[in-house]
Amino acid sequence: MNFKQRDAISIKDFSKEEIEYILDYAKRMIPYAKAEKHTQHLQNKVLATLFFEPSTRTRLSFESAMHRLGGRVIGFADPSGTSQKKGESLADTIRMADAYSDAIVIRHPQEGAARLAAEFSDVPVLNAGDGAGQHPTQCLLDLFTIMTEKKKIKGNNVVLLGDLKYGRTVHSLAYALSLFHAELTFVSPETLKMPKEVISECKEFGVEPVSTSSLEKAIKEADLLYVTRIQKERFPDAEEYNRVVGSYSVNKALLEQAKKELIVMHPLPRVLEIHPDVDTTPHALYFKQAFNGVPVRMALLSLILGGKEL
Amino acid sequence: MKELKVTPIKDGTVIDHITPGHALKVLHVLNIPDTTSSVVSVLMNVNGKKGKKDIVKIENRELDPKELDKIALIAPKATINIIREYDVVKKHTVELPNEVIGIAKCSNPTCISNAHEPVQSRFQVITKDPLRIKCYYCDREPEDIADRII
Repeated sequence: MNFKQRDAISIKDFSKEEIEYILDYAKRMIPYAKAEKHTQHLQNKVLATLFFEPSTRTRLSFESAMHRLGGRVIGFADPSGTSQKKGESLADTIRMADAYSDAIVIRHPQEGAARLAAEFSDVPVLNAGDGAGQHPTQCLLDLFTIMTEKKKIKGNNVVLLGDLKYGRTVHSLAYALSLFHAELTFVSPETLKMPKEVISECKEFGVEPVSTSSLEKAIKEADLLYVTRIQKERFPDAEEYNRVVGSYSVNKALLEQAKKELIVMHPLPRVLEIHPDVDTTPHALYFKQAFNGVPVRMALLSLILGGKEL
Repeated sequence: MKELKVTPIKDGTVIDHITPGHALKVLHVLNIPDTTSSVVSVLMNVNGKKGKKDIVKIENRELDPKELDKIALIAPKATINIIREYDVVKKHTVELPNEVIGIAKCSNPTCISNAHEPVQSRFQVITKDPLRIKCYYCDREPEDIADRII
């Protein structure tokens, strides 16, 4: 299996076997991610992190992953200090980052930006989220979290809740969970339903997703509840946002109706959709999920930049 | 009563086997009548051997390959006949390429291909019948591609 110098634009760029390989390798990254072991595997390598949109977890965990592997990081967390403000095209910004680094991580508000970046870069490009499009490393860390908690993905009843229309993480995740033959239930307000293209993709793997607006009904059979934020920044108008924000709230009382082993995940940040009283229940897995971003991104950087395992 | 018929043309192009109801879209993508002052005949819902079809006849103009690609997007079963002195001198069946570049705009307003970047729009053909294409950049499948032709 060869990952050297490959781009990671979409989860679809990887086969099922390659995803399993990355997840297995990520497990072995955990002691390095926790600084219990140390390595200089990517010594002298430079990672450029170009964040045209705000991020806490994705940027910090990519940077932490690179540092933990002995590499260095350049980049920006806010484009206001860059030549983009002077009207520079994304293509030209990418040409610069390509000249200054060994790999580029990009987050951008427009869909397809990472694919475009890969066209103008000789060094590998890793997509850290392009608008409402793809976020492959989030998908990998979600799969990793499910795999480590549930031991397998196949057969788990996974409820995806919230903004299924604009939410980039749920599109990639629905595809990947279908690839691994999980059972899917989509719960969302009527105006934020899963796009039909995504449902068609699930069906191509023989998965028949159930769509409903009733969380109370769906929660009883769920093995995993994946909650997403209603993303204000993706809504074309404020009125539509105001109509649906706060449609669902996951709280302790609701989870009393769920299976004991139910796990609750969220890509974070959360706003109103998960009440803080859930944090102390055994169901809450979202903070551990956020930590998992480091070993998973370490595995990917190691394979793409190092070309081989530690 | 005398019957009015569309007569054969002397020189030009006949686009046959257009999906019924799509003849006007074909004219739209060819930017007709703006690009020709010659006579253009449109026949809709004509009975053919394989059912109904539309036909467009453009006098004194021969279509070039780029225009054929555009037609393939909206009338994938069309045939193009180049006519000289009343004879068919060339006959093409339109063939949809696996990638369609620089012909149609992505329907997603926040797709990077619609920003001021040095790239052309690019679509990958998922299936030819029924026609399904998706944007190479943002993966969006446009609903009505005829409205998106550049």
